[in-house]
Amino acid sequence: MNFHLRIWRQADPEASGFFQEIEACDIPAEASFLEMLDIVNNRLIEEKKIPVAFDSDCREGICGTCSMVINGVPQGPGRGAACQVYMRSFKNGDSITIEPFRVKAFPIIKDLIVKRAAYDRIIQAGGFITEHTGGAPDAATTLISKKIADQAMDAAACIGCGACAAACPNSSAMLFVGAKVTHLSLMPQGQPERRERALAMVDAMDEEGFGNCSNYYACEAVCPASISASVIATLNREYVRATVIP
Amino acid sequence: MTALDAKIPPGPLEEKWRRFKENVPLIGPANKRKFNIIVVGSGLAGASTAATLAEQGYHVDCFCFHDSPRRAHSIAAQGGINASKNYQNDGDSIWRLFYDTIKGGDFRSREANVYRLAEVSQSIIDQCVSQGVPFAREYGGQLANRSFGGAQVSRTFYARGQTGQQLLLGAYSSLNHEIKNGRVTMHTNSEMLDLVVVESHAKGIIVRNLISGEITRHAADAVILATGGYSNAYYLSTNARGCNATAVWRAYKRGALFANPCFTQIHPTCIPVGGDYQAKLTLMSESLRNDGRVWVPKKKGDQRAPQNIPEEERDYYLERKYPAYGNLAPRDISSRSAKEVCDEGRGVGPGGLGVYLDFQDAIERLGKETIQERYGNLFEMYENITGENAYTRPMRIFPALHYTMGGLWVDYHLMSNLPGLFVLGEANFSDHGANRLGASALMQGLADGYFVIPYTLGAYLSSQFGKKPKTTLLEFEEAEKRVRARLNSLLEVKGSLSSTHFHRELGILLWEKCGMERSARSLQEALHEIPKLRKRFWNEVSIPGSGASLNKALEAAGRVADFLELGELMCRDALMREESCGGHFRSEYQSADGEAVRNDELFSFVQSWQYQGEESEPTLIQEPLNYEFVHPSTRNYK
Repeated sequence: MNFHLRIWRQADPEASGFFQEIEACDIPAEASFLEMLDIVNNRLIEEKKIPVAFDSDCREGICGTCSMVINGVPQGPGRGAACQVYMRSFKNGDSITIEPFRVKAFPIIKDLIVKRAAYDRIIQAGGFITEHTGGAPDAATTLISKKIADQAMDAAACIGCGACAAACPNSSAMLFVGAKVTHLSLMPQGQPERRERALAMVDAMDEEGFGNCSNYYACEAVCPASISASVIATLNREYVRATVIP
Repeated sequence: MTALDAKIPPGPLEEKWRRFKENVPLIGPANKRKFNIIVVGSGLAGASTAATLAEQGYHVDCFCFHDSPRRAHSIAAQGGINASKNYQNDGDSIWRLFYDTIKGGDFRSREANVYRLAEVSQSIIDQCVSQGVPFAREYGGQLANRSFGGAQVSRTFYARGQTGQQLLLGAYSSLNHEIKNGRVTMHTNSEMLDLVVVESHAKGIIVRNLISGEITRHAADAVILATGGYSNAYYLSTNARGCNATAVWRAYKRGALFANPCFTQIHPTCIPVGGDYQAKLTLMSESLRNDGRVWVPKKKGDQRAPQNIPEEERDYYLERKYPAYGNLAPRDISSRSAKEVCDEGRGVGPGGLGVYLDFQDAIERLGKETIQERYGNLFEMYENITGENAYTRPMRIFPALHYTMGGLWVDYHLMSNLPGLFVLGEANFSDHGANRLGASALMQGLADGYFVIPYTLGAYLSSQFGKKPKTTLLEFEEAEKRVRARLNSLLEVKGSLSSTHFHRELGILLWEKCGMERSARSLQEALHEIPKLRKRFWNEVSIPGSGASLNKALEAAGRVADFLELGELMCRDALMREESCGGHFRSEYQSADGEAVRNDELFSFVQSWQYQGEESEPTLIQEPLNYEFVHPSTRNYK
């Protein structure tokens, strides 16, 4: 298959970027989107040209390293991360635009690579349960109903890729923050720090420059881990609860 | 060099770890903060180590090459984590987990290490639950367990098909807590490119910042490597693209011993190779074998669609050959059996390199809903990649490189022969012998990080007060010079082929000559070919750009250069081990019915290699394995 690529090129954070036109020829239909880019890059390298810098690692959709926007959609068409997009979902001769996540809090490092340390810092603010290695009671002492465990797992499945913020017109990180707050506030172990966690994570999110949710649901639509936007409602409730209950 | 001392504590097996803990020197709370520890890697072993040591009061510098510690490849582990909790009342115990692990490893690991692993496995589950890991639960709220590859008890804890993700996020959250507390300094996008040895102790590392290209020196009282395995030497494996052996390989070249490099594991249930564009292979969790039945057509070259092949014309070869274990036969045995039927021309799918994993019976027995509940995300993943629906048509699977049991040699303290250098998780060789059982990698990574290193580190540090060197020392300067020189020589090749080209060639070579089946002949051929390939790499590789900023081609080429050396050591090791055991199957050493023939009389030892410089062959140092408590039997899963 042949494709006409328009790829964002930007040498470093300060450089002004531009779209470069690259032809991707003779691409097997079974190849994944990133394998298509691998092929393009290997050709560039062999022509002694600078390859397109993009991030990826596990290529199974779980590590969350992918950070590209394909034809305007963060993480590309279909469910899953960009690494789960296959060329057979395009038509031969298609033009494909590839650019990095556009979020102020995720500065562009090079080409399609952005820095998402803001998400780590939000977790550092409170996305944990304080415990002490070796001091835990036997795991069987706390019963957790299957329903609660399943709901917590649904939220905990977040891969931290940042597509939610990239899709949101407000660059809101509330799906990401809501997922962690929902996961931990459902677990009995998460109760002691429930209040402080919600307050600290929301503060951190604001400090990083992410916007607020105004119910576009774009985050839910692109989330590769299928996190439900209901976690944002939970986050709002947890935040209100934390501000009214001392 | 004198014989290796594994420092195994004396006494009965059940008492060793307790006695060790009671007698090991302690570092007082006021002194811990005087020590600075380097942890390289932020997967299960690295993150759990960094978090736990920081919590105890040490200052930790943690390095990872990813943009965030949460991206380490532990995140992709699907199936589960073993623990000898016996919550199911099905006869499990520490002894059974120990025995299953040591037997599964084909009696090529240390009794004391494996027993300790089985012992601390229980605390891991407690620890993870207290962190809020959402393990699967029964309706009554109890923790759910399943049986997993090769086990006759249900001792595997899981979080859907994302156990690795949830365990890593647990460790990552603790790590983040310590970063916030200021006790861990996290260095992301940082790749270790050399180990610094001062007066024969490991005391620092040289790091390249992958964004700025800056090279920096870091000194510490001890260096802990938790950098994972080297499956990517084979190019195609289930490992993430970035997984590499650079940290352990550079440590080897500074004097750390590399143990059992030929012990590599091939996972039986991966999605088959599609074509040469392919960048990696995707694992389908082994848990699928709990309900799926493996088969191929009885007839060679049968091109019919699977649903058109009647029951009596199917060969459920694992059930036929291993009635007791059936589809749950250990990984090495399942993988080799798949290769056998494909070699016979009975493989399915493109190129005949695949076997069926069929859920029809399970769906009829349990209903589609139950199967969906158990494996929904895996079926989805399979459909996304192959475009086939596994609810109506059997999956096609084929073995792929998945895990490496070999790694840097460590003693009972998890310290290498270089004092001050500790190696944890998949990066060491210690617990899985010649074959790892399913759901045991997560267990080992977390055991090492949460429960072993916090005790054993003190034994070393108690003699190291005030010995942290300054980074202005000559040793640091020289190491930095070496790193810069190597990067420059890579950039100066200015050839015309990408490093992927050579990596793929190395992978094919290793897969064919040092893969599921090896022979003296194939290994000698590989030993002849690899140096030639390496030479071509150093003459023909193309790396556009410079080292002064982000350059993925430079990163990749540096890793391939190391794999090109490590691959040779793997073949050398495989050639020396004239027996078949676990993942190491030498075609010369098999029984009449094709089963592995182990040779305990001549090869019951750890085979460790010591680097002797570019021009010389490495020397072999053996650590005999003494079985005091179990009798090495022939593995029989029939």
